[in-house]
This record gives sequence, structure tokens and C-alpha cells, in this order.
Amino acid sequence: MPEFRRPKSEADFHKNFEQIKPLMSKTEANQESGRCLFCYDAPCVKACPTSIDIPLFIRQINNGNLSGSAKTIYAANYFGRICGNVCPTEVLCEGACVFEKQNIRPIDIGRLQTYATYNSIRNNKKHFELAADNGKKVAIIGAGPAGISCACELRKLGFTVDIFEAKSQPSGLTIYGVAPYKITNEDVLEEVAYLQEQFQFKIHYNSAIQSKKDLARLDSEYDAIFLGIGLGSTSGIGIKGENLDNCIGAVEFIENMKMEKHDTKIGKNVIVLGGGNTAMDAASEAARLGAETVMLCYRRSKIEMRAYWFEYDLAKSVGTRGVFNAAPLEIIGTSHVEGVKFAQTEIIDGKVKILPGSEFIKPCDMVIKATGQETQVNLLNQIDKIKLDKNGCISINLETGQTTNPKYFAGGDAINGGKEVVNAAADGKKAATGINQFLQ
Amino acid sequence: MPDLSVNFAGIQSPNPFWLASAPPTNSGYQVMKAFDAGWGGAVWKTMGIPIVNVSSRYGGVNYKDKRLVGLNNIELITDRPLKDNLRDIEEVKKYFPNHPVIASLMVDSRDEWQQIIKDVENAGSDGLELNFGCPHGMCERGMGSAVGQEPKILERITAWVKEVATTPVIVKLTPNITDIREPARAARAGGSDAISLINTIQSLVGVDIDNFVPYPVVDGLSTNGGYCGPAIKPIALNMVKECAMDPGVGIPISGIGGIENWRDVVEYLLLGSTTIQVCTAVMHYGFGIVRELTAGLEQYMLDKGFNSVDQMIGKALPNVKPWEHLNLEYQVKAQIEDELCIGCQLCYIACEDGAHQAIRLNENNELRIPSIIEENCVGCNLCSLVCPVDNCISMVRTDSGKKIETWHQRTEKGSIPTTWNDKRAGGVGHWIPEPKDALKQDKKEL
Ligand SMILES: Cc1cc2nc3c(=O)[nH]c(=O)nc-3n(C[C@H](O)[C@H](O)[C@H](O)COP(=O)(O)OP(=O)(O)OC[C@H]3O[C@@H](n4cnc5c(N)ncnc54)[C@H](O)[C@@H]3O)c2cc1C
Ligand SMILES: Cc1cc2nc3c(=O)[nH]c(=O)nc-3n(C[C@H](O)[C@H](O)[C@H](O)COP(=O)(O)O)c2cc1C
Ligand code: SF4
Ligand code: SF4
Ligand code: SF4
Repeated sequence: MPEFRRPKSEADFHKNFEQIKPLMSKTEANQESGRCLFCYDAPCVKACPTSIDIPLFIRQINNGNLSGSAKTIYAANYFGRICGNVCPTEVLCEGACVFEKQNIRPIDIGRLQTYATYNSIRNNKKHFELAADNGKKVAIIGAGPAGISCACELRKLGFTVDIFEAKSQPSGLTIYGVAPYKITNEDVLEEVAYLQEQFQFKIHYNSAIQSKKDLARLDSEYDAIFLGIGLGSTSGIGIKGENLDNCIGAVEFIENMKMEKHDTKIGKNVIVLGGGNTAMDAASEAARLGAETVMLCYRRSKIEMRAYWFEYDLAKSVGTRGVFNAAPLEIIGTSHVEGVKFAQTEIIDGKVKILPGSEFIKPCDMVIKATGQETQVNLLNQIDKIKLDKNGCISINLETGQTTNPKYFAGGDAINGGKEVVNAAADGKKAATGINQFLQ
Repeated sequence: MPDLSVNFAGIQSPNPFWLASAPPTNSGYQVMKAFDAGWGGAVWKTMGIPIVNVSSRYGGVNYKDKRLVGLNNIELITDRPLKDNLRDIEEVKKYFPNHPVIASLMVDSRDEWQQIIKDVENAGSDGLELNFGCPHGMCERGMGSAVGQEPKILERITAWVKEVATTPVIVKLTPNITDIREPARAARAGGSDAISLINTIQSLVGVDIDNFVPYPVVDGLSTNGGYCGPAIKPIALNMVKECAMDPGVGIPISGIGGIENWRDVVEYLLLGSTTIQVCTAVMHYGFGIVRELTAGLEQYMLDKGFNSVDQMIGKALPNVKPWEHLNLEYQVKAQIEDELCIGCQLCYIACEDGAHQAIRLNENNELRIPSIIEENCVGCNLCSLVCPVDNCISMVRTDSGKKIETWHQRTEKGSIPTTWNDKRAGGVGHWIPEPKDALKQDKKEL
């Protein structure tokens, strides 16, 4: 029997997807914050894409100034609470903590950050004054971490801000993508609502900006436009059988699961294709939804996976199995997925080479393709003078977030091809400063 | 196994570990339990005319993740009727005839003193401790530290006690005084057989900043109390050493204050205590800590070749000297063990902002291993104290080791600085950055 039973209710779902970074108690927060050394020019700060003054906020927790601590965090990163839960801290702040050098558990920075910010959210503590209306208007496309961070900072500077969001809820992949055991959608939405109340920006839901006409309207009504549109759907692999029933893209599978929860359809024997963090998430999630076997199949070797080691460990810890050097050749089935045909591979000079005669078939009744997301080339190509790099990411000035069309700024997954929430939060805030300079 | 037994001013004790007069010695039940656990002796909770206590009574000082590095209390002497205490003492002595029970006493008049002494000695107490130390509640009524702060009165009361006492008398001293040797000498002059110190230090541990009341809060009000626990050890140790080294005192010492582990015990013994007393550590962790005290002391004695506690008492005193007899030629400098360094850069900022600008950051920002600027290092120790890694910064001797010259000798030779700008000032030749080097370039222009 698999470790997880199929969840039958929302309560079952939450149990299977129990939080891996639970909220700290006051005692735990005091003890943990007491361990921080208050390093000089601390390496943890340098490792944080938003450069939160970590030793300061930790010291504030320890000295009983929770509100001040939250302010320190929010001054650098508007997604303080969400980041505390979802950041891959092992490779960011905590990975840089000096305790690592002694093989002592690093400071639990992420959870301390959540502890402090949660207190402000719950008490609806407003930390920032908004500057007087400066008469200028900015349109933001996409209410993801990049867009909302940009909105907060712009509002602080006195701009009027309208966000246009294709979906019916804010916060982008944080609610449609991030694994439920990292943070619940309720907690995500709570922080966004807190920000919205404090910074008073408008979000227009179900308002995808798609056509030249849409773009022209924004262009005429707003002084600047920020693109926080993230990425698109899962890219195809280009093999036979991708259209079969029960062969699904990881991003689509995860979005569906985040919305349907215990009602999500899951196969008995699931194969996940890919070696990135999304593949790891999808595999963990399939197992927690009650799949009997979950196999993670990657074309290259284990050490070449793009996924962080701890994400692979987490997937393994719920019973998924890794299969390496296995390239999918075909998804087999008549109307429904019945299996995947693989070939063994060898990596020569960094290139995947298929070993002739090594084909084998793994039966399954569901395939999840975690093979990367497309960029939103269609939309972007409609905007004048915007240059994209060879991967379809928007080219920007790294200091200001400005694109090659001076009126347009961009940040988040749309410029980096898919990193983390914290990068999007950093980009959004920086672009707001860029917009402010541009419109002076 | 080394012999842990001691003879303290005529009181025989199986080991030097005594419980101080305080809540852990409130009752026969507690003292029996303590003796059973391994404590050698107990000073009974101070007896006198029973009092009434308030609630709450304690305030704590926490440091970061550590609780109770200091404890403050506003309790008074025993609130139990004398006859109950006497009955308990008798009972304890029946079961533990070889464990000394010391009666701590605090009363007012000569008659009261002489009466209560008879009572406790009849009950079987092995010695008397005169509580001239309590810094709150009792002193306002002319007892406790009100006596301890007036050497003349202290001497007189001690003499009253000695007129009738048949067991050894210990005077417990208050630290709330400028020179601890004065009451100690008065105790001796009054005929006391020994002294114990310190009692609690007058204190106020903190304030409830939302309600504007210091701790502990008693129905919205508060009062000053007495401070004890690990935080007071350095103060107590110094006072013990002062008394131990003073020829005018010259009677055995029971050391008290912040003792929590075997190392504390050894330090107290080396500075001249014959027994030690513990209160806060037991209030925090219970009687069981005596196992760690015993094992630690025994191991230390084995390692150092001491057969009896006597051999250790005062062993560090010959190495305590007035400042002017320290060797000015001795020089140590900090040295960083690169392999151990974790790159917190605390040594850098401590020396840079708080000492002598003798540490430089690594040019390679990634590496983060600072280095010592030897010419600037004055050997103050600060960096090695802030470094969070054991043995990472050591202080290495750099002088020849052949020359000894003290301030005292230099004074006799006439080679100490005597004028404002004397070239013999210690800091002459020491490099110090220009004041405006502290500012960033853009702030430098006036
Ligand atoms: C499965 C998965 C798991 C992840 N897990 C983590 C994690 O654990 N930790 C972490 O830090 N990061 C994680 N990430 C990455 C993280 O979610 C993203 O990096 C981050 O959300 C990017 O923010 P963004 O604002 O750039 O884009 P998005 O979050 O994608 O937001 C873009 C928003 O724009 C909207 N939009 C797009 N096009 C239009 C349009 N034309 N008109 C109007 N609106 C539009 C979208 O609906 C969306 O709301 C994960 C990503 C995925 C896919
Ligand atoms: C709550 C409390 C009550 C005390 N009561 C007495 C007392 O009645 N008589 C006395 O001589 N000392 C009393 N003391 C002082 C202790 O005996 C001891 O001198 C002091 O606490 C320092 O030792 P420590 O650091 O081990 O606690 C009391 C201390 C505390 C904390
Ligand atoms: S590196 Fe670790 S110990 Fe140092 S300041 Fe950051 S969290 Fe604290
Ligand atoms: S010993 Fe003192 S002066 Fe020398 S480097 Fe350390 S802190 Fe600086
Ligand atoms: S204090 Fe110690 S560990 Fe920290 S940088 Fe200095 S030498 Fe290294």
C-alpha cells in the first residue's frame, strides 16, 4: 500500500499535504532568534535576492519587537510571509548562514521571517505611509509576485496603479503552482489582501491583456506599463502520444490540483517526466494524492538534475522512485495513456545520446510532463520594440527593469525564464524604482 | 576516590556542597530529599518571628535563549512558625546525624537572639548563620542588611550570639556595601567563627513597559528586591577573594553566589572558600544538580592530584595581586586559526568599533576570514571573547619572556608618564586612523 491514502475530503487533503514549515511558537521563535550571531556584513543578507536585513529582523524578534521586525522584512520584500514559507532557503539565506561552516544547523531564517510577518498580517499592522498622489498612472499586467510587488512600491511612491490579471485570483503561481505543503492558498491570499489594504492598488480580475487593441488602450491611458506576466503553459516534448488522455503538463496538473484539491484526478501508476523542481513537486504531489507508484524519469543522470537536492530528497521521502538516463521516445496507448517507451541514454560532451537497442517500456496510466514552461511570445511580439533573448525572455536593463521599449518595464519569470517568488518580488520592487526615475 | 569531606570552623561535613538558606531549605521534607540526593549540608531558611509574603515574588533575567541567568526575589524570611521548623530540624537530624544542619537566624533584640539560639541548638542544629544580609523587607525593620551595612551593630549582635552559642557561628554578609572587608572584620571582632557571602544584591530586574511597573508585579505595584543566580558570580567571587586575602578577617569562608556547576565550586574553593552554598541553581533545576557537582569536583581532584578539599582551598590567592604588580612587559597578540573561522566577522567589527582597529577584513569578500594587524593589536582579548568558535582565536605570547617590569617598579624608577603629553604614554606609537576616515567619501567634505 502507498504511504498516502487518496484524500476524500479537504481535511484529508490538508493532512496529506501537511505544512513542512509550520508556524513557530513564541518559545521556538525566541530560542531560534537567540542563536543568531548578528554577523557583521552578514552572508545571509547577501544570499537573499531582496537583501532583507536578516540579523536585524532576527534581533528584533529576540528583543520582543515583532512589529519592527516585520517592517524590516517588508521594507525589503513585500512577499515576506510567502517567501518565508516558499523560498528555497537551503540554497539562499540559510545556505549562506555561517553555522553551516561548522556543520551546525543554520538559523531557521525562513520560519522566523514568517513568524514576524504573520504577526503583522494578523494584526493588520500598517508599516508604510503612502506618498501623496503624484498624478501619474501605471498599468501592471499580471498580479503575480512581480506585479504585486511593483504595485506596492509604486503606491508608496504616490502612483495610481491598476493591475490587469487574466485569472480570477491574485498572486500568480504562488497559488496556482507552489506546492500545497509549502504554503496554503488561504495563507497566500491573506498576505496579498493585507498588502492590498495597505497599499490600495486596484486589481482587475478576468482581464487578460491579449490583443493589440488591449495594449493600445493601456498605452494611451497609462504613463508606464509593467509586465509581470510570468510564463505560459508547459512546453511539448515533441513525441508521439502526447495528446492521449491522462498525459498532462505539470503546470496544468498542479494548477488543477491547487484548485480541485481532494477532487483532483490521479492515476494509479504515474510517470513524471523531467528533472527540475516542478518535476519534483509534481511527483511529490502525485504521491500525496494517493497514486500507488510514482516514477520520476529523467533523460540525464541524477547529478545533472536542475532540481535542488532537497526537493529530490523530499520527493523520495514520500515514496517516489527516480529513474535516470531514460529518454522518453513515445507515450503509448490507444485513447488513454498505457505506458511510456524509453531509451537509455549516455551523456557525451554534455549532449544526450540514445543508446541503440536499449528501448524499454514502463507501463502506467498517467504521465505528467514537467518539461518546462513556454514564454508568452505571442503577447510580447505584439508590443513594439520589445526585445526578447534567445529563450524568449524579455531583455531588460538590470538596474531599472526597463525593457527596450522605454515605457515598458518587466520582471519575474517573464525575464528570467522561471526562478523563484523572491526573485519576482525583488524585480517588481526594483522596476518600480526604475519607473519612478523614468517618470520624474 | 579523593576525600570530599571538610571541616568548616569545627562543623564536619561529608562534602563542601551546602544548600543556602532559601526556599530549597524551607522544610524538613526538602532538606531530607536534598541530603538523600547527595548534598552535604543545609542552611535552614532563615528563622525568626514568621512573616507574611506577597505574590508574586520573583523576577527573572533571561539572556537570548537562556532563561534565568539572574533571579530577583522579594521574599522575606520563613513564614512558618518556629515550632514547625524546630520539629523538622529534629526529624532531619535523626535520619542524617552526619549532615550538618545550620540554623539561619534573624531577630531583633538581644533576648530574642539568645532565646532562639537555645531553641535551634536544642533541636539539633550544628551551627548558626546570622542573616545580616537580606536587602529587602527586613532591613527596613532594622534587620538583615541594615545590620550587615553597620559594622558596629554587626559586631555587637555577633557578640550577643557568642555569649550563648554552643555551636559555631557564621555571619552571612551582604554585598550591598562599599568594602566587604569591613563587615567581615567586624564579624571576626564580634567573635564569629566564620563568614558566608554573598547574600543577594539589591536589584530591580526590569519594568513591565506596557503598564509602567517594575517586576515582580504585586497587584500593580512593585518594590526592589535581591539579585542572585549565575549573573552575580563574578561579584561574589571578588568579595570572597577580598575577605580571604584580608589578614583582619582570617576566619573560614562559605562561598555563595551564582554557583551552578562543578567548575564554579572549584573556583570558589581556589579563592578561599571551605564550603559553598547554592540557592538559585536548585530553584531552577532541583537537588539533582549535586550529582554533577560531585562528579566534577572528584574528577578535577583526581586530575590535579588533590587528595582532600583542604589542599585546594585558597590555591589561586597567591596569584592575585594589585594591578601595579602586573608585568607590563608581557605581551600577547591575537591569532586567528583560518581553518576554524566561519566568517561571521564579529571579531572584525568588535576590534574596529570597540577596540583598536587591529583587524582587517579579507580582500576576498567570499572568503570572509579576517586577519590581525599585528602592529595594532594591543592584546586586549576582545576578539577572542566574541568569536563564536572554540579555539579559533588564541592569544599568543610575543614578548621575550625574559623581562619583568611592573608599574610599581617603573614608579620607583621614575619612568612612568607624569605630564599630559608624556612620551612614555602607553599609546604613543600606536596607529589610529584619522577621525574623518570614519566617514564615507561624500561626507568628508565640510
Ligand atoms: C510548479 C511550480 C512550483 C513552484 N514552487 C516554487 C516554490 O516553492 N518557491 C518559489 O519561490 N517559487 C516557486 N515557483 C516559482 C514561482 O512561483 C515563480 O517564480 C513566481 O510566481 C513568478 O512570479 P511572476 O509574478 O513573475 O509570475 P507568475 O507568478 O506566473 O504571475 C503571473 C501572473 O500574470 C498573469 N498573466 C499572465 N499573462 C497575462 C496576461 N496576458 N494578461 C493578464 N494577466 C496575465 C497570470 O495569470 C499570473 O497571475 C514555482 C513554480 C512552479 C511552476
Ligand atoms: C527567594 C530567595 C529567598 C532567600 N531567602 C534567604 C533567607 O531567608 N536567608 C538568607 O540568608 N538568604 C536568603 N536568600 C539568599 C540566598 O541564600 C543566597 O545567598 C543567594 O541567593 C545567592 O546564592 P545563589 O546565587 O546560589 O542563589 C534567598 C534567596 C532567594 C532567591
Ligand atoms: S549568517 Fe546566520 S548567524 Fe549570521 S546573521 Fe545570518 S542568520 Fe544570523
Ligand atoms: S586582541 Fe584586542 S586589539 Fe588585538 S585584535 Fe583582538 S580585539 Fe583587536
Ligand atoms: S570571530 Fe572568529 S569565526 Fe568570526 S570571523 Fe572572526 S575569527 Fe572567524
